[in-house]
Amino acid sequence: MEAAALYANSPIRTQARYLAWRSVVRTARQPIMIVPTLVFPLFLLAINASGLSAATEIPGFPTDSYLTFALAFPFIQGSIFATNTAGTNLAEDIQNGFFNRLQLTPMRGSSLLAGQLAGVLMVAIVQAITYLLVGLAAGAHFEAGIWGVPVLFALSFAISAGFGAFGLFVGLRSGSGEAVQGLFPLMFVLLFLSSASLPRDLIQQDWFQTAATINPVSYVIEAVRSLFVTGWDGEALALGFIVAISFFVVSMIAASFAMRGRLERT
Amino acid sequence: MTAAPRITDRASRTSRYISAARTVFWRHMHFVFKRPALLLPAMIFPLFFYMAFAGGLSGLSNVPGFDYYDYNAFQFTFVLLQSAAFGGVFIGFSIGADFDSGITRRLFLAAHDRSAVLAGYGAAALIRALMVWAIVFGIALLTGMEVAGSFADLVGLIWLAIVVNVAAFLFAAGMMTRFRTMQAAPAMQIPMFMILMTAPVYVPRDLIEGWVATATKYNPFTAIVESGRSLMAGDPFHVLLAFAAAFGLGALMVIFARRGLRKAEAALA
Repeated sequence: MEAAALYANSPIRTQARYLAWRSVVRTARQPIMIVPTLVFPLFLLAINASGLSAATEIPGFPTDSYLTFALAFPFIQGSIFATNTAGTNLAEDIQNGFFNRLQLTPMRGSSLLAGQLAGVLMVAIVQAITYLLVGLAAGAHFEAGIWGVPVLFALSFAISAGFGAFGLFVGLRSGSGEAVQGLFPLMFVLLFLSSASLPRDLIQQDWFQTAATINPVSYVIEAVRSLFVTGWDGEALALGFIVAISFFVVSMIAASFAMRGRLERT
Repeated sequence: MTAAPRITDRASRTSRYISAARTVFWRHMHFVFKRPALLLPAMIFPLFFYMAFAGGLSGLSNVPGFDYYDYNAFQFTFVLLQSAAFGGVFIGFSIGADFDSGITRRLFLAAHDRSAVLAGYGAAALIRALMVWAIVFGIALLTGMEVAGSFADLVGLIWLAIVVNVAAFLFAAGMMTRFRTMQAAPAMQIPMFMILMTAPVYVPRDLIEGWVATATKYNPFTAIVESGRSLMAGDPFHVLLAFAAAFGLGALMVIFARRGLRKAEAALA
């Protein structure tokens, strides 16, 4: 009990809680940070589900509904927006001096990183619920059943945390919102050069198939998609979680180093 | 006796118009070459879309009913017309930024006819687009795209893209002269994106299902894309309809841009 109480009141936890609350409130107060991340992926889904429905007639295509196949796309696209949200917010804190003021307090760097991610993760939950409900309402199948829902949310959470942590790293390194925004096209390239539109074995161009196989985004998208299309595909899910968690860990380590560098500089 | 001075006056006005447009054009091109970051997005996006669509979706050419001769060429035509439209829109960013910095106000004060300022931006948009097309076309050929159309067909396709570029520029100019800030950029991009993506992007119209199939029927860009693809294939189809659609959009956008210019003049007066 004592240990639990000590942990609950530990400085890092308290600091992270305050910063997390600030991050959540700040994100919730800016609809411009939430609405496009919900609407734009759904708009692209609507176009692709209709425009690419003929793809289901390709021999070997895993489902007869392109909507079901494409529903993984908004989950990953929404997560990519997490890079921008987290990085831009942190860069803004650096630019307007909030970060410098925090340094005058006994705040720990790890608390700041954890706290900044909270707003992103809140958006990730809203996104996952919205995409799933809209997809099911539009007629998509969810083969994994009810127990697949928490797995889908956990996966979505892990992917958003990874991209959010990467955004924090870029925000800390550059200290510029414009630099973070400039990352967005690059992230989109990663998304498009993956197996997002067709299964890897049905991609005809060898170079594209190789690029999609090397691209880690293919594995997270295939993990999310497996829950909709296949049901329970252990290999796809394991690969998806490994890639998402590894990306999160590497990005957080990079962000911690960037944080240390910035603290030294200021 | 009065005819000669009138001609001289008209010649002088034309010369001043060209001079103002040329100044804006050179200023913009100078910036573009000095800061390639301005040109890179316009150049990278078409290449990236071409790679992503032609590379990732080439399996669609196996769908029963897909009867185009080469999926690379199918996507190249769309990307060419898309870059024409976005090339026109990208220059809108520069107009917005110049409004934000106050340069446009000074240009408007200096120019006898303010439409010359917009003409200068328009010329820059066109030259930028031609540069982008040359690069995308070269890369498409190097990566195995087959051209079935004749030289005359290709010239027709390029002219179609030029009209689209001018119409898109006039739309961007109309939007930016109304909003007069770079922050209005999404208001230019989103309608353009919607028009482009509700045309037959990935497969021919017969293979599209659902609401996009309905949207393609009424989208004027459908005629432009389909005719462009037919020119690329050397089998021209509905070319007059496509040019009529492109010129029709252009004519509407001339009115839209002129009204925007009047509003900007009134606001800056």
